[in-house]
Amino acid sequence: MGRIAKIARRTFLLGSVAVIGGVAFGYWKYKQPYGNPLDDRLTDGEASLTPYVKVASDGITIITPRAEMGQGVHTTLAAMVAEELDVELNAVKIEHGPASYAYYNEAVLEEAVPFLPTDHGMVAETMRGFTKVPAKFLALQITGGSSTTPDGFVKMRKAGAAARTVLVQAAAQKLGVSESNLKTENGHVIAPDGTKVAYTELATLAASIEPPADPDLQPQSEWRLLGKSQPRVDMVSKVTGTAPFGVDTQLDDMLYATVRVNPYLGAGVRSYDASETLGMRGVKKVVEVTNGLAVIATNTWYAMEGAKALEVEWKPAPYPLTTDEHFAQVAASFTDERQDSQNRNEGDVEPLLAGGNVTEIEYRAPYLAHATMEPMNATAWLRDGKLDIWAGNQNPTLARQFASNVTGIPAEEIEIHTPYLGGGFGRRGEMDYVQLAVEVAKGMEGTPVKTTWSREEDQCHGFYRPISIGRIKAVMEDGAPKAIDIQLAAPGAIIDAFSRQGLPAAGPDGSIPMAAWDQPYTFPNYRVTAYKVPTMLPVTFWRSVGGSQNAFFQESALDELAHAAGVDPIEMRLKSLTHGPSRKVIEAVVEMSNWGSAMPVGHGRGMAFCLAFGVPTAEVIEVANTEDGIKVTKAFAAVDVGVALDPGNIEAQVMGGLNYGLSAAILSQITLDNGEVEQTNFHNYDAMRMYQAPSIEVKILENAEKIRGIGEPGTPPAAPALANAIFAATGTRLREMPFSNFVDFA
Amino acid sequence: MRLNVNGQTHEVDVQEDMPLLWVLRDELNYTGPKFGCGIAMCGACTVHIDGVATRSCTLQVGDVDGEVTTIEGLGTPDVQHIVQQAWVEHQVAQCGYCQPGQIMQASSLLDANPEPTDDDIDVAMSGNLCRCATYPRIRAAIHTAAAKMKEA
Repeated sequence: MGRIAKIARRTFLLGSVAVIGGVAFGYWKYKQPYGNPLDDRLTDGEASLTPYVKVASDGITIITPRAEMGQGVHTTLAAMVAEELDVELNAVKIEHGPASYAYYNEAVLEEAVPFLPTDHGMVAETMRGFTKVPAKFLALQITGGSSTTPDGFVKMRKAGAAARTVLVQAAAQKLGVSESNLKTENGHVIAPDGTKVAYTELATLAASIEPPADPDLQPQSEWRLLGKSQPRVDMVSKVTGTAPFGVDTQLDDMLYATVRVNPYLGAGVRSYDASETLGMRGVKKVVEVTNGLAVIATNTWYAMEGAKALEVEWKPAPYPLTTDEHFAQVAASFTDERQDSQNRNEGDVEPLLAGGNVTEIEYRAPYLAHATMEPMNATAWLRDGKLDIWAGNQNPTLARQFASNVTGIPAEEIEIHTPYLGGGFGRRGEMDYVQLAVEVAKGMEGTPVKTTWSREEDQCHGFYRPISIGRIKAVMEDGAPKAIDIQLAAPGAIIDAFSRQGLPAAGPDGSIPMAAWDQPYTFPNYRVTAYKVPTMLPVTFWRSVGGSQNAFFQESALDELAHAAGVDPIEMRLKSLTHGPSRKVIEAVVEMSNWGSAMPVGHGRGMAFCLAFGVPTAEVIEVANTEDGIKVTKAFAAVDVGVALDPGNIEAQVMGGLNYGLSAAILSQITLDNGEVEQTNFHNYDAMRMYQAPSIEVKILENAEKIRGIGEPGTPPAAPALANAIFAATGTRLREMPFSNFVDFA
Repeated sequence: MRLNVNGQTHEVDVQEDMPLLWVLRDELNYTGPKFGCGIAMCGACTVHIDGVATRSCTLQVGDVDGEVTTIEGLGTPDVQHIVQQAWVEHQVAQCGYCQPGQIMQASSLLDANPEPTDDDIDVAMSGNLCRCATYPRIRAAIHTAAAKMKEA
């Protein structure tokens, strides 16, 4: 235990979250549960058995307090509860529920400890366990980091089991039968004589019984729902146009607004003239908001037309004005002064790098926007000291805090309604759009106002995937890397996001070396160093975070080294991999793609591997060099999620994640012209379309040690697998994204 | 101005150059068609005008000269259109925001071409963006819907 004590005595560093005093503080307080937020929101006849289960005479509701932004979590979380509660998914209502600390995410910090994700030794696991303490005090109801499934896996099933227990006890009282003689089935308690009592009839009685804190769970062999593909609970509403997204919020007497914010991000308004706007049809009011203006009108289009007519003089950009200058800042950051972390330093790379035959390669990745299909929007209604907000968001407790900062209303009194998100990818973890909507509502007190951004505002006021450069040096011996030195420079997404969000932000930024320092390779001399570039454009989490660029750097480099040494890139990797689940995903794509088999001239295959968010993922991409350019013809992916709760949904997430990575690698970049973002809409920030989408085969393995989430792991290997395939097909090596800047695509 | 939407006639009093999308969404409360880009580059706003897929975000309401059908008029949760049934069968939607537009585009394609090839699907569907990239399942669902329509 000496090592734990030593780490705990120092500042307890979790990626970027520094918790002073470490594990010693307030453990007793950690053990106190947060109250059940449903208790003071129940209507007559409703009973809340746990924060996740509500029973009324007309039905059962399961609370799934994570953002449904496409990843299928409402279905999987509800299935966890339904499995133990013994109800069918189609027989219950499923709601996101309110913002509450009770719904904090205890898994989101687990992999922020400075231990390899493949290290399941006592020290590493103990430290991961301790992260639950600061996670609870930070109390973030956050959806991100592919953490929903591991966070919910035990607690959601326990919630279902606890609710079932009190329902059975209530039935025992009602029927005068011993609990042990009662069974449950499909929302009913069944007595030995066949008498069936519906859960809905037991609600009030059950609510008076204290639920067990730690009920037993069904063994995996007994699962009815988990482990099997479920029809998504949101599918029918999403294909009939009846699913409520934030932008669909409609309230009586509502007004509509849009914003026009300084195109120089972070700077304010010098002066403005709204006289033309105020004379336009439907326009009600122009209000000043942070760094810009909002136009309130009787419909969104009148508001948008009004916003275009505003005459505004903006304050200048607080950052370098061209993309070249931003890259120059990154390139200038490989210095001792800006060294941020060196989480991996095995063997001794220095003397080998000082010798001969060193390969040196540099890779680059641009800023990227999330480009969710649903532009940023939120509806806010401020009246009589009360505030309701409707916003698709990835962090309701944070949304509440931002709204509190604007209005002075205590956060706990603000009601956050979280409808479906038309895409998140990390963008809706930022709360600027909630803040602006509340500022608008404050300017129109008494009236609900929906503030919808134009696509142009959305594109040009992002929090972007960091710009970055990777420099890799290597020395080969006998067809395998003897020394690998990886240097990564990027602005810090975690520190930047956390400091905006009022969270403790100190220490090294875990996003910079993410999915690089923590890879399971066993190169004998292996060093990964992160350099923090001063923030220029605001940056944040973008699907797979550091993995989105670092896998491209490292996995491209390994491919280059293998080709230069004349060895098969997969065989080379397997020589330096002992982690069983990682080897197995690679072996799976070898088999799926028939790796090594002959391909026609002008065709090529590339492979990449990445262990991100605890999930080993291998992908093979096949391309054809056609007259019209490169065409991605086929993709294969193998992932290991430990326990696969919903194979159909996991397949969908891997396909979507892989394509999200391909789309960015081929097409996407955010660049600056005189300080303004140049990519204003989908005509110049295009994304993958039907004709570019390959067919994809997915294999799901369950050899890994822990259950994992799958929203992000499919993304990191896509770019390097594609770059490696293009090299195989054409001999052209791509070291900078997006690739369409350098080669044509069909 | 008079507008026929999903078989119902509505009287609207708006500027004639207002895009049909915003009339549907903000004036008439048909929120199935979605706002994505405002420049006909993403297809989230797709509706039918006399059965033909049209981007409602760039069509001025004063220029509408036929019957408008939105996703709400194609089918309902209880009585789904064959294309919607195929979408459910293949579990296509992820975030789901683009899917009303995808489905309106696909049903228009199938009306014009009951047995589309993969190339036909590429041509017809490439104006509809999906950031979740559900394309493989969209393609499969269109083929399924085509087969079901042939049986029907």
